[in-house]
Amino acid sequence: MTSDLQALYRDVIVDHNRQPRNFRRLAAGRKAEGFNPLCGDRLTVYVQIENGAIRDVGFQGLGCAIATASASLMTEHIKGKTVADADALFERVQRMVTEALDAPVDDLGALSALAGVRRFPVRVKCAMLAWHAMRAAAAASDEVVTTE
Amino acid sequence: MMRNVAMIDAPPVAAGSAAPLDLTAIRRDFPMLRQQVHGTRLVYLDNASTTQKPQTVIDRVARFYLEENANVHRGVHWLSERATEAYEGARTTVARFLNARTPQEIVFVRGTTEAVNLVVATYGRSHVGRDDEVVISAMEHHSNIVPWQILCEQAGARLKVIPTTDAGELDLDAYASLLGDRTRIVSVVHVSNVLGTVNPVGEVVRLAHRRGIPVFVDGAQAAAHMPIDVQAIGCDFYACSGHKMFGPTGIGVLYGTSDRLESMPPYQSGGDMIRSVTFERTSYASAPHRFEAGTPHIAGAVGLAAAIDYLDAIGLERIAAHEHDLLGAATDAVARIPGVRLFGTAADKAGVLSFVLEGVHPHDIGTILDREGVAIRAGHHCCQPLMDRLGVPATARASLALYNTRADIDRLSAALQTARGLFA
Repeated sequence: MTSDLQALYRDVIVDHNRQPRNFRRLAAGRKAEGFNPLCGDRLTVYVQIENGAIRDVGFQGLGCAIATASASLMTEHIKGKTVADADALFERVQRMVTEALDAPVDDLGALSALAGVRRFPVRVKCAMLAWHAMRAAAAASDEVVTTE
Repeated sequence: MMRNVAMIDAPPVAAGSAAPLDLTAIRRDFPMLRQQVHGTRLVYLDNASTTQKPQTVIDRVARFYLEENANVHRGVHWLSERATEAYEGARTTVARFLNARTPQEIVFVRGTTEAVNLVVATYGRSHVGRDDEVVISAMEHHSNIVPWQILCEQAGARLKVIPTTDAGELDLDAYASLLGDRTRIVSVVHVSNVLGTVNPVGEVVRLAHRRGIPVFVDGAQAAAHMPIDVQAIGCDFYACSGHKMFGPTGIGVLYGTSDRLESMPPYQSGGDMIRSVTFERTSYASAPHRFEAGTPHIAGAVGLAAAIDYLDAIGLERIAAHEHDLLGAATDAVARIPGVRLFGTAADKAGVLSFVLEGVHPHDIGTILDREGVAIRAGHHCCQPLMDRLGVPATARASLALYNTRADIDRLSAALQTARGLFA
């Protein structure tokens, strides 16, 4: 097996794919759907926002390991953060999965497990699907966000 | 450079003979198959998406631009005559390949998608009206759904869908009951790009023709994999794509019976499709030129003819037999992997293997196999309604062509074990 594959499917990713955290819908709050028309991945992200902060977050749906693990990791990382901070994290993660192979990722904690995606440009959309949906939900958009 | 061509190397065989293919010679004909990907020999199993090109096709297209390039049907000069001869010669080759009655029944288009759109825009627009019905099947590619859907919306007509059985075959009883006084056309796929099902298109046509209803057959996945005889099928229209039959991209074929084509209004309009033009009135050329406005993809047509010559020299019967054997081996090998679920178990099936692997999303399978040098497709294969019917968002799909070998199947199988291992 190639080292690229090992870098992509790290234990953290495989674990979050098998047992996604916060894999539930929220009774209260807002939601948005993320849809990748190319592969059919479809995730719904739920956020409950109070005073500009994300009090609770969950997701549901079907996706590949990268989309699912990224969604799961995202929920763990944005819970309790302000919407502005979650937005900034979106930008940071997007940079991480698209920038040069040797760019540092030390500041990202468990999210750095997604860094392997940068070797697989066609999988960037998978990694960012839930993040786009989260942003749309936080912005109170009811539209389906697509990766296209 | 290697210029060995199977049609020269292969021992002479009687037409229709099932003598096995000389795979070593055939693989030498396809330069792409010598590629290394991710440090290993490329195993190309995405032939339902597009096929690789033999050297003869690549050389033929190059020779057109090197020695014959000019516009067709216009010039009086020597070069234009040569280009026209090559282009119209390609039409004759296609006609013979599909067993059309005359070359005039062959319209060059960009591909199967354009062929559907052409028939929708001409035959469809002039025959489908309010409360009429168009019949398609549940296993159609989006290209044989969406154009009809748009036509029905615009005309106030209804789209009727032939259901499929659990094995992935057309439910012919249900089909017969869908045909009625309002049915204006039936459009079905010959070979499913997801399930591999070879539909009984002759029977589909027979049932429709009893009521005088014309039938369009989407042959995109059939044309390079089995002998096609449009007269035996009896269909009114048949379409295929050059790039799925070892020819260039951007060229395809619409076959239509002379009666149908001559009665249809033009498609796109402009140069080359007219008889005479004044500002008061334009009269149109007869088929097929009526449907070929503008300068056509001349090099594409010429390249497609070279691809057909290549296929003919090997023999579609032998190709079909080879792919059938390989499909059997692939099905056994993949089915043996724990957690695999196969889709499409039709009795008559072409070389397409769709499956899911428990706990591993098809996209992850696609990425892992790619790094192992094995190219397959993962996704909905432009068949979202069929995916809904199967109850999965996506499948992984390995699709075969004449140059695939048992060794390719072994590599597929090993790579699937790797995928399983990663997620175990």
